[in-house]
Amino acid sequence: MTNKGLLVHTALGLYCPKADVYLDPWKPVKKAILSHGHADHARWGSSSYLCTPTAAPVIKYRLGEINLETLPFGKEKLINGVSFSFHPAGHILGSAQIKVSYKGEIVVFSGDYKTANDGFSEAFEPVKCHTFITESTFGLPVYHWQDQKWVFNEMEEWCKNNRNNGQLSILYGYSLGKAQRILQGLPKSVGPIFTHSTIEAVLNVMRNQGVSLKNTMPVNEHLTRAELLSGVIIAPPAVQNSNWLKKFEPIRNGVVSGWMALRGARRRRNADKGFVLSDHADWEGLNEAISLTGAENVFVTHGYTDILSKWLIDKGLNAHPLETNFEGDEVL
Amino acid sequence: MPILWKQISKGMRYFETLFLCLEETTKTNEKVSALIDYLSSVPDEDKMWMIGIFSGRRPKRTVSTKNLRRWAAEKADIPLWLFEDSYHIVGDLSETIALLLPPPAIEVQKSLNEWIQLILSLDKMEEDEQREMVFYAWDSLNTSSRFIFNKLITGGFRVGVSQKLMAKALAEFTHIDPSDIALKLMGEWSPLTYSFQSLIENEENEGSHSRPYPFHLAYSINEVTDLKGEPADWVAEYKWDGIRGQAIFRHGQYFLWSRGEELITDKFPEFEHLISVIPPGTVLDGEILPFKDGLILPFQHIQTRVSRKKITAAILKVNPVVFRVYDLLEWEGKDIRSKPFIERRTLLDQLFTSIDSSLPLQLSPVLPFDEFDELKILREASSENGSEGLMLKNKHSNYSAGRKKGEWWKWKIDPFTVDAILIYAQSGHGRRANLYTDFTFAVYSPEGDLLPFTKAYSGLTDKEFIEINQWIKKNTLERFGPVRKVTAELVFEIAFEGIQESKRHKSGIALRFPRMVRWRKDKVVAEANTLEDLQLLLKKSR
Repeated sequence: MTNKGLLVHTALGLYCPKADVYLDPWKPVKKAILSHGHADHARWGSSSYLCTPTAAPVIKYRLGEINLETLPFGKEKLINGVSFSFHPAGHILGSAQIKVSYKGEIVVFSGDYKTANDGFSEAFEPVKCHTFITESTFGLPVYHWQDQKWVFNEMEEWCKNNRNNGQLSILYGYSLGKAQRILQGLPKSVGPIFTHSTIEAVLNVMRNQGVSLKNTMPVNEHLTRAELLSGVIIAPPAVQNSNWLKKFEPIRNGVVSGWMALRGARRRRNADKGFVLSDHADWEGLNEAISLTGAENVFVTHGYTDILSKWLIDKGLNAHPLETNFEGDEVL
Repeated sequence: MPILWKQISKGMRYFETLFLCLEETTKTNEKVSALIDYLSSVPDEDKMWMIGIFSGRRPKRTVSTKNLRRWAAEKADIPLWLFEDSYHIVGDLSETIALLLPPPAIEVQKSLNEWIQLILSLDKMEEDEQREMVFYAWDSLNTSSRFIFNKLITGGFRVGVSQKLMAKALAEFTHIDPSDIALKLMGEWSPLTYSFQSLIENEENEGSHSRPYPFHLAYSINEVTDLKGEPADWVAEYKWDGIRGQAIFRHGQYFLWSRGEELITDKFPEFEHLISVIPPGTVLDGEILPFKDGLILPFQHIQTRVSRKKITAAILKVNPVVFRVYDLLEWEGKDIRSKPFIERRTLLDQLFTSIDSSLPLQLSPVLPFDEFDELKILREASSENGSEGLMLKNKHSNYSAGRKKGEWWKWKIDPFTVDAILIYAQSGHGRRANLYTDFTFAVYSPEGDLLPFTKAYSGLTDKEFIEINQWIKKNTLERFGPVRKVTAELVFEIAFEGIQESKRHKSGIALRFPRMVRWRKDKVVAEANTLEDLQLLLKKSR
């Protein structure tokens, strides 16, 4: 391996001993650099954090009073001689790949990413490096995403159809990321957009930081069924089988996720309809991104680590699976 | 625009829409209306294939799945191992292939019947030619149509359209009585031998004299207090653990049907002699039971009878059977299913007064009782009589098709249970693809070895499965392809209906209908049952 010990895989997460910095640590540490604000990447309890300026407000909102510094995309920060910089990952607003370089060696940690431009998040930019640590959430050749325009057309049709049958359309997506993508992507014809309070809260954080978002109306008890039926509701996946929905019956559940590409997952989620729309790269996207880095060493994490590594090895790359939450040290 | 409509109606799209609709909804009304929409939109051949496919009469397999996998990997330009790994995760071969292939070159619209004819024509082709035809089909269909095509070619449709539901939709569509339709759908027919008109619309057809009636089925009860009415309204019988069968005597011929609507006449030649004692125009409902020297044998004896292609004299001698009858559906050539159960039973009793007791035909006895409480005692004693509980039948009920609440109840004896240790996990298929749900369990031998003795798939909630999955990922010791060996730490209560000796298993034991009842978070492995416990159960059950 070329960059001996620049990054180390530890029980707390990826660690740079030279700078005493962790990338997306799983447990509290002294210095944490965050790729984005999703809960499996941004954990509570570290003494100091660094992220992009666009990701910062939501991370603050979620983690409370923390010691948070920001670093704009493309700008370098030196910590004990090691250079760190953020580069757009296209996953959600403010999401970054983290580039770490020291004495000519470059390692890039992808965080979560998607290569297709969703028109809302800062578009993915490939970064040349020697070692690339890539996610592999959808690292199987069965995952192939349609253009998002096609998916939003499908959504529009579905919402119209439900309305004609007197059923209220509910679209499920995570409050950070997917909810904004659905909101911005839905055509005007679906009518007013009502939101669950947790989604509205995130939207308001973004509005306050100056992001332009469509108008929404939080669901409240004063809204009549006729009013609700003139539009659609966006809600977080967790409420799908909760009492909160009872008062809206009859409803149709539309789950918006890359996992909806498989019938088994659709049935498991009890989705009336699955919309295949993901904020992660599909198989082609992963392969394209890996190849654009020019990296000869690839570490594969978060997902189908074994399969994607084996495929990359077949293609002549030096690839290794990297289990998350793996106990023990491993030198990259 | 008539021309455009005609073009669309040619396509397999209608079937695809129907399939997705049936899969997406759990509501009967929506399923029925989707079926009617389909029936109103397609030509008769496509109607027949739809009915055939959803009742298990799929086109014959003409291409091996091994070849399909190879060709799909070739077409998708990926190595075979990657294809197999993907298949394992998706859990469905047809779906895996559909998702892996590149987008279609030019979409071609053919009817369901036309695609099936293409599939059937592969039978007489050389492998190269077959491959070319399959590539042509894949190149002509979009992802979701390809999935349907693959399902047709692999014969893997397993969508839930019950006979009742199908009959309901066809009845609404044709304005024929649903019970007549249900009858017409029974028995041996295929979309290749019957047209929609000859099967559904015509009054009689050639196959009709071999045709069985739809079986009446029982619901389970857990408490005798669930029974409505007075004790005098009910008849109690033992519940027999064999193969449910319907024996048909018509026009000097005899046919035996299983509940799965399979004609099993040839598997039980000993019943053929009954033609001389049962008058033509009689249909009997009962249980085929392994029976020797006055005793019912374990279920495995009848399994050999059904699984063997050829029934030799030796098999007949080692695994003799009887037909234990409990209902009369047709008498003197008349369908008497609408008569109350007690009247049918009286006629059946009369018929048996003339049956020689040396014949392999027996009457399932009625168990007398005056109070519901007495049923508890009868049920306790049922296993000593070779049965698995009680059947409770309402005297006034007619013999309806399928299940109907309040008519027949089964009250089974409590299953056996053991506490066993999880040692291997494998991901499931279908709804459970991508989730570890297929578990292998072990018990400790006296030497302290962990001996696997059963697999189980069902019985836990989705939430429990998710929790166990997280545990599995953190406690994997070894991986063999899709299987993970895990730390021997979790204990589960396994319920099962029977226990048998087995030479194929290292433990020497095989279970019937094993399933997980609960995750015993309160137990550690030392508290689980042992091989000795299982051997004791085996001894007791003999």
